[in-house]
Amino acid sequence: MNPTPTPAPPLVPGGATAHAPAAIHTRGLRKVYPRAQGGLVAVDALDLTVRQGEFFGLLGTNGAGKSTTIGMLTTLVAPSAGQAWVAGYEVSADPVGVKSRIGVVSQANTLDRALTVADNLAFRGRYFGMRAPAARRRALELLERFGLTDKAGAKAHQLSGGQARRVMIGRALMHLPDVLFLDEPTAGVDPQARDDLWRIIANLHETGQTAVLTTHYLDEAEALCGRLAVIDHGRLLACDTPEAIKASSGARTVITVHYDGDATPATDALRGIPGGPHDMDVDGPTVRVRTTRPDGVLGHLLRAGGAVGLTVRDATTTPPSLQTAFLTLTGRDYTP
Amino acid sequence: MTTANPLVTRPSLSSRRAAWHAYRALTSRDLHVLRRNLPALLIQVGLQPLLFTFAFAYVMPGIGTGLGGATSFSTILLPGLIASTLTLQSIMSVTGPLAAELGPGREITDRALAPLPVWALGLQKITSSAIFGLVSTLVVVPIVRFVHAPGNAPRAHVDSWPLLLTTLVLSALLAAALGLLLGTLVDASAFGPLLGLLLAAATMLGCVYYPWTALHNIRWVQVLTLANPLVYMSEGLRANLTPSTGHMPTWAYLTALTLGTATLGHLALRRFARRVRT
Repeated sequence: MNPTPTPAPPLVPGGATAHAPAAIHTRGLRKVYPRAQGGLVAVDALDLTVRQGEFFGLLGTNGAGKSTTIGMLTTLVAPSAGQAWVAGYEVSADPVGVKSRIGVVSQANTLDRALTVADNLAFRGRYFGMRAPAARRRALELLERFGLTDKAGAKAHQLSGGQARRVMIGRALMHLPDVLFLDEPTAGVDPQARDDLWRIIANLHETGQTAVLTTHYLDEAEALCGRLAVIDHGRLLACDTPEAIKASSGARTVITVHYDGDATPATDALRGIPGGPHDMDVDGPTVRVRTTRPDGVLGHLLRAGGAVGLTVRDATTTPPSLQTAFLTLTGRDYTP
Repeated sequence: MTTANPLVTRPSLSSRRAAWHAYRALTSRDLHVLRRNLPALLIQVGLQPLLFTFAFAYVMPGIGTGLGGATSFSTILLPGLIASTLTLQSIMSVTGPLAAELGPGREITDRALAPLPVWALGLQKITSSAIFGLVSTLVVVPIVRFVHAPGNAPRAHVDSWPLLLTTLVLSALLAAALGLLLGTLVDASAFGPLLGLLLAAATMLGCVYYPWTALHNIRWVQVLTLANPLVYMSEGLRANLTPSTGHMPTWAYLTALTLGTATLGHLALRRFARRVRT
């Protein structure tokens, strides 16, 4: 089977990898689950390009379509429409070609429970054509690199959540994949293990590994990824560097005030915030102001509210962040 | 090597070779697990036939209530117990792991990412389980051969080794394909009780404890049993090992085993691919 040619992908703005070749390219990728499974449109009209050497993040809340996207790119979910090329192979035309070039760390613990930790890695290497002694050597090297040498003989179920995740990353690297997929790599692990995993993942980035990472943690996306795709309800809302995505929200601070009563009748009274222009929404008792000059806004809302008999129950100030960017893009708060 | 796309490098192995490597490596993985668990498995496989032969081939003839008429019951049991053990173990070695693999953790993802088509992964499961079933028959033979009342030794005779081996291999593949089909059709949580029931029914109506030809007095039972794949395995082995007890014609059991394997194999692989690739 020959690889299906990848059409020349568009140039990607920004970063040192701007002109590197495409590792992933999708065109109109769509997944609708069968009616029996809810008929959900999980991913819709997705166009993405990930270049070699990039650390690319898929960011979104639970159910946004991240895992379905990863599923299609790793050949485990059949696309309903569109095409996707991974490492030069089209996922539907040559799934075996795709699988031979990718490493996947799935969200659930999929370690082989019948095998020891070292055998989990060694057999993975052999599935990909390595000879037994070479696979064994590389398995032990990777375990050492990830600080797991003392667990080589342990069974998969004897590992903690963080250790299992490290073993799965090691296993995915056995055959030197062109593209590494990390699906929620730190979900459900303790903070210490999360730090360890971040170090390992950041180190992979430095060594030039191409990776696609899904996460619903904003800080994780910002810390680990060179570029991000923000996905919501299966649609791509933004795709850029974290800085550019933040800037696209106007780099504005968001000030949210909850009053003890409906603020709609007082809209005009509240609007006269000094130092404008400011962008203000009133939704029942909630008033939200997006501004590049946040000083004095909260004070004004307190006073102006008080003048019409509204008491502030709760107020938050969020500096420009992916969180505010998400709010601007989707019109709702980011709740992972 | 260059490809149509200058931006990517081609993997060192072609997809077809990669798939063949993966198939073999997955089989070595299964054999590795089999070797490591062998002592426990031998006990698990051998205990039931041992108790059965002890009660029916040793104790009952010893107290004067032997079965089998002129032929020793051991002679009838030899092919029957080989066939039922082969079926049971071939089915269980697919369904057991599959329940965990297709369960909530989707452990199957691990093997589904190996570079081979999903249907080939299913086929690999069938062949590995068939190997396991064949190994387990080696446990049954000495049990039936040696556990019996004095003078009740089974009288076995092999005319054609190639035909015997063909029958054994086809039987193992048929049972493993059936196991894969059951494992992908039925929810894992319902599996234990259902499988137990199915296997009990299949064994009792599977010509394990009596030859099919002896059923001619109860015609409707003789016809009914033809729907049971185990009948063709028992009868095939009976024809090859203990032909003197009477058996189904060679063309009949070979045709049934071949068509059964092909049909169930096709259905099982299609169903498996649908369960793995959503």
